Amino acid sequence: MDKPPAICCRRLVKDYGAVRAVDGLDLQVQAGECFGLLGPNGAGKTTTVEILEGLLPATSGEVELLGRTWQSDADWLRQRLGISLQETNLSDKLTVEETLRLFRSFYANGPEVQSLLELVSLTDKRQTWYSKLSGGQKQRLAVACALVGDPEVLFLDEPTSGLDPQSRRQLWGLIERFKGEGRTVLLTTHYMDEAQRLCDRVAVIDKGKVIASGTPRELIQSLGGTDVVEFTCDGLVEETRMSALPGVHAVKRRSDGLSLTVEQLHKTLPLLLNHLQQTGHTLSRLSTHHATLEDVFVNLTGRQLRD
Amino acid sequence: MRWRIFAREPAAIFWTYGFPLALALALGIAFRNRPPEPVEVAVQASPGAEGWRDALAKSPSMHVRWLNAREAHEALRAGKVSLVVSAGQPRTYEYDPTRPESRMARALVDDALQRAEGRMDMIKVKDQLVTEPGSRYIDFLIPGLLGFNLMSSGLWGVGFVLVEMRVRKLIKRMTATPMSHTHFLLSFVLVRGLFLLGELPLLLAFAHWVFEVPIRGSLLLIVALSTLGSLVFAGMGLLVGSRAQNTQTVAGLVNLVSLPMAICSGVFFSAARFPEVVQPLIKVLPLTALIEGVRAVMLDGAGPAAVAQQVTIMLVWGAVSFGVALRLFRWQ
Repeated sequence: MDKPPAICCRRLVKDYGAVRAVDGLDLQVQAGECFGLLGPNGAGKTTTVEILEGLLPATSGEVELLGRTWQSDADWLRQRLGISLQETNLSDKLTVEETLRLFRSFYANGPEVQSLLELVSLTDKRQTWYSKLSGGQKQRLAVACALVGDPEVLFLDEPTSGLDPQSRRQLWGLIERFKGEGRTVLLTTHYMDEAQRLCDRVAVIDKGKVIASGTPRELIQSLGGTDVVEFTCDGLVEETRMSALPGVHAVKRRSDGLSLTVEQLHKTLPLLLNHLQQTGHTLSRLSTHHATLEDVFVNLTGRQLRD
Repeated sequence: MRWRIFAREPAAIFWTYGFPLALALALGIAFRNRPPEPVEVAVQASPGAEGWRDALAKSPSMHVRWLNAREAHEALRAGKVSLVVSAGQPRTYEYDPTRPESRMARALVDDALQRAEGRMDMIKVKDQLVTEPGSRYIDFLIPGLLGFNLMSSGLWGVGFVLVEMRVRKLIKRMTATPMSHTHFLLSFVLVRGLFLLGELPLLLAFAHWVFEVPIRGSLLLIVALSTLGSLVFAGMGLLVGSRAQNTQTVAGLVNLVSLPMAICSGVFFSAARFPEVVQPLIKVLPLTALIEGVRAVMLDGAGPAAVAQQVTIMLVWGAVSFGVALRLFRWQ
């Protein structure tokens, strides 16, 4: 018999008064997968995750985790999930070790506090009060608290938000290790590089709906091109002329110029420059980069992720 | 024991332990039993009044000043003297009858002057002076302070801390674990009970050594009543903190609950001063029950049977608060 999907929800809806935060959302995450929920702030990521975590009731729709539901098996599920909330303020005046011991005491099974401390590299901070930790250390402790029950499914809501690059990389390492043990991770983020690096599959969420899903590679390929050219020049350049250029897959007008998605940068770029010169336009800015999930989002919504 | 670690709650030790002692000390000194102070009186300077001055000066219960007419009036108006004796036909006592010390001065002065002028007592009387521990203000105050302190630490310590945890989303984080909700709430109540074991001996020992407040009944019964009281108020703290979404709301709620009790339940003065109609209402307040119980045991040596009514009142409050709090509690 097939293993049931680790996380599954169908036609999930959540209303806050007149505001529909989650609008008929479907997700399916297989056991052992690292799944990313991407989207701008306010897209409904956190609401979705908190419904999946059993912390919020859904207005309608079905949720199943490891083949069970919150209505019938809440205690069973609680023992098997690890959760890190978007903002966790743990008790200021408990030390790192005490915090972990406290959380450890809630679960029937799990690793030793000692080994968790080593895992999140906080062994030398074990006697430090929570209030005295740096942002990265606090976040690592929050993740350690999520791992304390040896969970089958790990929920991480914006685990690296507001962290410096080094702390982010440290956390990524942690998540990769956990993933390497064949367990399931559901991660929300608005950092596309994070999703691209960690996630096997992602779903892009906007206004409470999934607007695209697949592996990061598939999503990027859906743009049709692998590189993005952005430029600004004087005078009006017609979009139709641009899309007529060989190798150009999509043209988007942005506030400060045009953005082209191209397949073979080395062939298309000289053609573009030639064309602009012949039509008498002078470039004031030109940049290119490999297409990212960010471009996928822009392409789908016409908006920047962090607007 | 899951709730063991909550004992490390960031408690402001001073407010729990130091504050009631400081309050007891300050009030004890302010209302200490003083030797009767002499009454301040003035004799208006005039020829022939010297005899009165000398007669009054012999009495240890009066302090006499010799002032001219203007000074004497000033002193009377400012309250520096309670009465002015001035010459005239007949002799005049000037005083304000709404001031008790002035009326006392009137009686003392008249008595002393009439005696000096030859009046005799009709019947012999004897004074017996009584000032004994157990009937002083400080004896009344200590059980009141104990109750008041248990109420404040219960309501603030539990209610406020819970809401702070909710604001920090710590409660949400806790409910994301398999932790039992009942254990979580119970931990707050039990920790309060533990704190009490430090608080109670300190206040009682202080009252006993510094003010010689008597403990006439069973010490065990006092401990039992206080423990029950602290559990009841911790339960009410849970109730107060069960819904509030921010610390301002809970602060208002705590005041709403505790202020009427602080005033009505006989912490600083006897609850019997309130009108007869509200007495039944005051009697069923948990703080009234606690303070009355402790006072009865401490000062009158009451046994368990005598405080059964108070114990019942507290049990009902405790059970109802905890039950309702568990039902109402906002976990998200």
